[in-house]
Amino acid sequence: MSIDMSLVDWSRAQFALTAIYHFLFVPLTLGLSFIVAIMETIYVTTGDEKWKEVTLFWMKLFGINFAIGLATGIIMEFEFGTNWANYSWFVGDIFGAPLAIEGIMAFFLESTFFAVMFFGWNRVSKKFHLLSTWLVAIGSNLSALWILVANGWMQHPVGMRFNPETVRSEMENFWDVIFNPNAVNKFLHTISAGYITSAIFVVAISSYFLLKNKKMQDFAKRSILVAASFGLITSAYNILTGDSSAYTIVHDQPVKLAAMEGLYKGKKGADIVAFGILNPKKEVGDNKEEFLIAISIPKALSILGYHKLDAYIPGLEDFVFGNPKYGIESAASKIEKGKKAVAALKAYKEAKKANDMPKAKAALEEFRKYEKYMGYGYLEDPKEIVPNVPIVFYSFHMMVALGIWFFVLMLVMLYKAMTGTLAKSKTWLKLAFYSLPLGFLANELGWIVAEVGRQPWAVQDLLPVKIATTHISTTSVMITFFMFAFIFTLLLIAEVRIMATQIKLKAQGGHNV
Amino acid sequence: MKVKAFFNMYIEGFRNMGKLGKKLWAIIIIKFIVLFVVIKMLFFPDILHERFHSDKERADYVLQNLTGGKK
Repeated sequence: MSIDMSLVDWSRAQFALTAIYHFLFVPLTLGLSFIVAIMETIYVTTGDEKWKEVTLFWMKLFGINFAIGLATGIIMEFEFGTNWANYSWFVGDIFGAPLAIEGIMAFFLESTFFAVMFFGWNRVSKKFHLLSTWLVAIGSNLSALWILVANGWMQHPVGMRFNPETVRSEMENFWDVIFNPNAVNKFLHTISAGYITSAIFVVAISSYFLLKNKKMQDFAKRSILVAASFGLITSAYNILTGDSSAYTIVHDQPVKLAAMEGLYKGKKGADIVAFGILNPKKEVGDNKEEFLIAISIPKALSILGYHKLDAYIPGLEDFVFGNPKYGIESAASKIEKGKKAVAALKAYKEAKKANDMPKAKAALEEFRKYEKYMGYGYLEDPKEIVPNVPIVFYSFHMMVALGIWFFVLMLVMLYKAMTGTLAKSKTWLKLAFYSLPLGFLANELGWIVAEVGRQPWAVQDLLPVKIATTHISTTSVMITFFMFAFIFTLLLIAEVRIMATQIKLKAQGGHNV
Repeated sequence: MKVKAFFNMYIEGFRNMGKLGKKLWAIIIIKFIVLFVVIKMLFFPDILHERFHSDKERADYVLQNLTGGKK
């Protein structure tokens, strides 16, 4: 099978670039919409005009982010049709329903109530305006639900059956797809990460106000009270959803889990590496040490994965070479079965073409027997099942460290806001301000863990990335890669400049415009 | 809220829009033109719909890629 790996790599790079840039805009839409809704709720219930000023300012920044980020995700759909035609066709039936619901809901909820949110002040009642603001927040978050359900299915394909006639995965149970544990955890973990990013955004900018202009004290304190409370609750929740996500990964994507922890050899009572530097020379199958330095939490990985102190957690080598003692099949054996599935699929189609129904029936039976190994049939080397360990390991550990920092930051900022000591705490105000990009960074790291960690699969165990691509010119993918890099950078510069102008204006005591 | 008042909200909202709002709308419109007219039409055809006329042909093409190497 001839595959142009440079085409695969450029297609991957382009998709990664698009997704990374797109996800700079998404977290603020998810979280800031709720923060604004909470602020407006306080305004409506107290009637205090100062809360209206607070609401209007953050709503304006939400609007800027929404306008500039709007439709940046659509590019990924363009890429599906052009660069990933095999994948699009293969998953079409599964993705069709969630994405159609997403499109309709997003259009009606956001376009209708978004207008009321921005144009409706003094035109509709306070309560109707408030309802609209909440509906924009709920609508934006529900849009994310459908996308993440689709992504969760790729990580753990359930509720479907591959139809050799149509060459598509067809939905058998909608509810299995929706309530796929991987999708549910992914949704909750991703949106709560977006909420934290937004909380940090508000706390960081409010800290800037406090550092620049003492007259902004009341405005900043009100903003921090709401954002830090929201951020503290969602940080705690995010840690819980992170735990359930890890539990799901242990069972559904154990190779990813082993890469996240740099675990090459399986262990009973496996530790979690709290801090570690991987041995860069380490490879699967050699006897070199996994880490140059490692500080570990004893048995924590076994507890996390199986809620047992001495549970066996398989390492990368267990999956590559197999471990009969623990019933783990080797990748080589799976590859052999996968090749049988692919050959049976081919035989089925040829028999159908020749109208040889008995042969077609036998081929289909053979295919069904090995169907779950289908994706392995495209691999040549058992080690291909191992993702890039350093990228996954460091991304995961940085994300976790940042998650803990966000919890501490929100706790301290809330405490200081409540005790009235905020304005005097210059160090914490500076720390909060410089944490602004960290929320975005943590989101991207999370996606890197999720997506690089599941390599080589586009659809777990069924379709490798290298087979998912379309056979098109590498040059055209390269050209559009740089084109997107330019357009997205331009949009990001526009977002930062427009927001910075509004923030500076506000810091000088300016009013909402 | 009456239908007329609802549409008036849009009309007056756009009419009384501040400098920032106009700038954002300009960005949205330019972005949509670049994305949907230039990029989508010139660089991102839907390969399977462009090359084939029926779902059967598309399925055969993908099956060929899945079983016998890429065309």
